[in-house]
Amino acid sequence: MRHGVARFVTGFLALPVALYLFYVVWPFAQAAGYSLTDWGGYSDRQEFVGLDNYVRLFSDELIRKAFWHNVFFLITVPLFTIGLALFLAFLLNVGGREDRAGIRGVFGSGLYKVVFFFPQVLSLVVIAVMWQQIYRTDEQGLINGLLIKIGLVDADNPIAFTADPEPFLGVPAVLWWLLLIAVWSGAGFYMVLFSAAMQSIPKDIYEAALLDGASRFHTFFRITLPLLRDTISVAWVYLGFIALDMYALVFVMTPSQGGPDHASEIFASVLNFTAFQKGQFGYACAMGVSLAIFTILLAAAQLRITRRERIEY
Amino acid sequence: MADTPENPADLSRRSLLRRAAAAGLLVTPAAGLLSACAGSEPAKSTDTGGGTTSADNPFGVKDGSAVKVVIFNGGLGDQWAKEDKVVFNGKHPNVTVNMSSTQKIKTEEQPKMATQPSDLVMNSGADMMDISTLVNEGAIEPLDDVLAAPAWEGGGTVADTLLPGTREDGTFEGKFYVVNVAFTVWGNWYNGALFDKEGWTPPTTFDEFFALAPKIKAKGIAPYVHDAVHGYYPRWALMATIWKSAGKQAVVDIDNLKENAWKADGILPALQVWEKLVKDKLLLPGKLNHTQSQQAWLDGKAAFIQVGTWLKNEMASTIPPGFEMKLSDYWGLGASDKAPKDVFAGAGEGLVVPSKAPNKAAAKEFLRAVLSKAGSAKYAELTKSLASTKGSGDNVQDSALATANELMKNAPKDLIKTKFWDFYADLDKESQNLSEELMAGRLTAQQFVDRMQQAADKVAKDSSVKKQTRTA
Repeated sequence: MRHGVARFVTGFLALPVALYLFYVVWPFAQAAGYSLTDWGGYSDRQEFVGLDNYVRLFSDELIRKAFWHNVFFLITVPLFTIGLALFLAFLLNVGGREDRAGIRGVFGSGLYKVVFFFPQVLSLVVIAVMWQQIYRTDEQGLINGLLIKIGLVDADNPIAFTADPEPFLGVPAVLWWLLLIAVWSGAGFYMVLFSAAMQSIPKDIYEAALLDGASRFHTFFRITLPLLRDTISVAWVYLGFIALDMYALVFVMTPSQGGPDHASEIFASVLNFTAFQKGQFGYACAMGVSLAIFTILLAAAQLRITRRERIEY
Repeated sequence: MADTPENPADLSRRSLLRRAAAAGLLVTPAAGLLSACAGSEPAKSTDTGGGTTSADNPFGVKDGSAVKVVIFNGGLGDQWAKEDKVVFNGKHPNVTVNMSSTQKIKTEEQPKMATQPSDLVMNSGADMMDISTLVNEGAIEPLDDVLAAPAWEGGGTVADTLLPGTREDGTFEGKFYVVNVAFTVWGNWYNGALFDKEGWTPPTTFDEFFALAPKIKAKGIAPYVHDAVHGYYPRWALMATIWKSAGKQAVVDIDNLKENAWKADGILPALQVWEKLVKDKLLLPGKLNHTQSQQAWLDGKAAFIQVGTWLKNEMASTIPPGFEMKLSDYWGLGASDKAPKDVFAGAGEGLVVPSKAPNKAAAKEFLRAVLSKAGSAKYAELTKSLASTKGSGDNVQDSALATANELMKNAPKDLIKTKFWDFYADLDKESQNLSEELMAGRLTAQQFVDRMQQAADKVAKDSSVKKQTRTA
């Protein structure tokens, strides 16, 4: 009988596992293999070059630039997205006045939840097309048009948005404009995630705190935040992945996919260019493998640092 | 495989499409690349048409046979090909033409290449078969005999009827393989109606342009607008100016990564006029992309825009009434120019005959019909772009086409053509970036030259990059 169950389970699992191994794990292994060759991607000719590609990575100026741009996103995307999402979730769940029914969110929070979540249901292409109109660089753009009308921006010198490489706080302006889109489109989802987590915190904890005279400020930092630790930690890892990618936004929104003049170059854009335009698949695979290793290390470190004893409630 | 020289018209359209696909986030390029490599073995050309050859039937097409023609149904449509079928059947009423059209050339035709291909394939669009692979694998038939055959309407050979550059653009490794049907001309576009009304003459040199610019500005119009997102747009104009000013050899040297090629006489001044154009604030403000800038030009916000002859088709739905699209040649610097009259143009949209096609004779005969006077006139009429035969636009009442036609009639044999961006991806990227930086005023002409030279030297030294040579 037991034996039969094992066979039954194995029978069901074998196919998906095989598919997974073949279509997911095997390509990963292949990429790692190619990264040790000088394969061009267009022929079956390849030679083993050992770690040459990896050595080359360290002297590649463009990769270095792209790496720091990714680091910028790695810091800012989780920081701003989680900050904003937490703030919104707090307001929507426990930010409102209290009454006999206990603590609740601000007035109309149900509607806000839908509104803030909305970017999440839009496909990235729709988001990009929309933001291209918002960021349009002449008086027909949503922001430029408005600012020109009220005289804050000179019509002869409109905001260039993603075509602007000039540094702001030491980082090219184009990256800040991309960050805005990333945070806008991501905050809604994490707001809902945090809302769900907040709702699972028993209301009586808040009520007890309020009875003890804790302010909103204190309830947030002393109760909400510590009890959300696990959720935030997971969100941080996810957003870290997104920040290390950012490919779609850069590809669709910036001139010359990573421009102007490499100002918004990121790991993925350099990789794409190296593989599909330069035809150096071996080197591109080395970039991909490095990025994967970096991502895994980062996630592991992240989860380890934030690991703490779980509070049961 | 993508490193082999191709004609600029073809490439620009390909890269346009590629970018369009990218913008739509079609993220499966690898699948296409892999399928492109799937087997096709070199084949021997054996069969003849089986009919008797004559002046009217140089390839001996057999009566009662059938020929399968596949047309790429893209921006130019497929109606023109149906007209060619009528022309073809005029001479060969008993040959059946089975014509189909598709946008997925590679997907549908590549798997059949090794076994039972169509007789004539228009290899074009985003999903096209890589031409150098086709040539290297012996998968397509050399068509030199088509060039040598008498023209459809008589009076010389087919080769005699072609516009300059068409033969070169279809030639790979010394043999003519690809009959490119469309001919693209680049230059500066203006609104003829506006210029007539204001009494402005379209300039032929930058000096004339700089003299006219204040008058244009006085009317509240920006003298010039460009695509500030895709670097290869302004790059066409920059390279055209360089060619006109410094001559063909200078550009050939650049393409061949010759030492200090970018420092040659005439190149710096050719870029300095662009620097001046930017510094004098003659550009429309804003960083518009290709369609936005073209629309701004159509809306009368700017006087000149530089782009190729697909412009008319691309913007067809938004051209305001009374707007008279006219093409003029790129501007030179004046008396010092080494090649002031050379025109930036090239042939694209290639038809190929697979080596294993069952009825090659009829396919070649069909090509003769495509290149006939009647066929190409219909082509120009229907697509509003030039065919690659001489005088295709002669009888079309369309200002855009007529001016392009006129330009080609006066063009010398040498056509402006640059290869380095097809040869080397790094230089392609760098030149696009720097072109936009120059147009944004963040780079001087001198810095442009220095950085291009630096990039070229880097590529020349890079042993991981396969070097290519341009001879003509």
